Amino acid sequence: MSSLQSFLHMGGYAFYVWSAYGLSFIVLVLNVVLPLKREQQFFRALIKRKERVSKNK
Amino acid sequence: MFEYFYKYGSPRHFYDLSKMFVPWLGGICLILLIAGLTGGLVLAPPDYQQGEGFRIIYVHVPSAWMSLFIYMVMATAGATGLIWKVKVADALARASAPLGASFTFLALVTGSLWGKPMWGTWWVWDARLTSELILLFLYLGYMALQTAIDDRRTAARAGAILALVGVVNIPIIHYSVEWWHTLHQGPTITKLDAPSIHISMLVPLLIMALAFMFYYAAVVLLRARYEILENERNSAWVCELIEQRRG
Amino acid sequence: MNPRRRKLMLSVTFIVLGMGVATALALKAFQQNLLYFYSPVQVAAGEAPTTRPFRIGGLVVAGSVKRDVESLAVRFVLTDTLREITVDYEGILPDLFREGQGIVANGRLRPDGTFEASEVLAKHDENYMPPEVADALTAAGVQLPYRAKNTAP
Repeated sequence: MSSLQSFLHMGGYAFYVWSAYGLSFIVLVLNVVLPLKREQQFFRALIKRKERVSKNK
Repeated sequence: MFEYFYKYGSPRHFYDLSKMFVPWLGGICLILLIAGLTGGLVLAPPDYQQGEGFRIIYVHVPSAWMSLFIYMVMATAGATGLIWKVKVADALARASAPLGASFTFLALVTGSLWGKPMWGTWWVWDARLTSELILLFLYLGYMALQTAIDDRRTAARAGAILALVGVVNIPIIHYSVEWWHTLHQGPTITKLDAPSIHISMLVPLLIMALAFMFYYAAVVLLRARYEILENERNSAWVCELIEQRRG
Repeated sequence: MNPRRRKLMLSVTFIVLGMGVATALALKAFQQNLLYFYSPVQVAAGEAPTTRPFRIGGLVVAGSVKRDVESLAVRFVLTDTLREITVDYEGILPDLFREGQGIVANGRLRPDGTFEASEVLAKHDENYMPPEVADALTAAGVQLPYRAKNTAP
């Protein structure tokens, strides 16, 4: 068995160890991406509203 | 001193200042994460009893620590907003809740993934696990309050009170393993004598804990920025920002 | 500090302290129910329930584990260093089940004083160390839980 394979195998605990790390990774990344996206949406919505207002003037 | 505090505590200053801090905090967090993961997954030796399975410690324990720490930050910020009406404190409390909930969730799930092979069960209703689950419900309750109440000032006040009521749970979680017989083992690091973990395993753990701390600092600022924009959507400086973005 | 802030500050203190006292009293009242398991001493003293199932915790006595050759049945002695109790169990044991290891068993007390377990969980201690360090400690005469070679599934 190569050393990479044995690393991934985690002494038989692969499922438990890698699910724990994978899940943590997903949750941590989502917590960065979602607020950034929301901020973008916020600006887009307000810019749109402004443009509507200035057009109606 | 209070003048200084109010000046830099003003939403606008906070918004500008945080923009400067986020990349630095994020960068340090990434470096620490790489170091901690290399140390924890590759360099640290397997445990004499749990073999490679013990490596879950490097996400489980920092997550659990953060779940308690963030709650204290949230309650303190909530009380500050309640008493001194500091808007930035309200935003910080509101921004902390989803992060605290995330870390509590991770502590519970990674603990479960660790418990299955080692203890022989995904879940037990012992004092440590149950009090940590209550912490998750406190965070979720706080978040539900924030969405349910439209007026953001009222929501902040209600949330602060809920957070303060829940503070009692924090020492219970910490001391549960000493006060009652639990399946969960006693503290490894925070006991008064030397920690009962070998130094080669301890160092990556502390690095990971520090990485999670920087992660929280960076992301809570990121989230608080959005909360402040939402709070101040009709103020002059936010309108200015929008003009800049259009142009 | 203006009166309004002082009042708010008092309320905050009151909430935290009040909750603390109330919870402390409630937990004190429910102390027994919060114990996840009873120790053999408590069982010997008759503190454990005899009619309903409960959990018992302790260390597996070295050399006491007897496995049935044909089934998954196992019998071992559990101790808290003061009292001992014999446990019967049939099923799969967790990875950390070893002689000298702390475990928690769920089941009933038989009239003859032995314990019939329906579930056995391993309770690991708070010590983490590399195998070489554990070997060195054992060589130096420090008592560690029994280590089985190559225990991973």
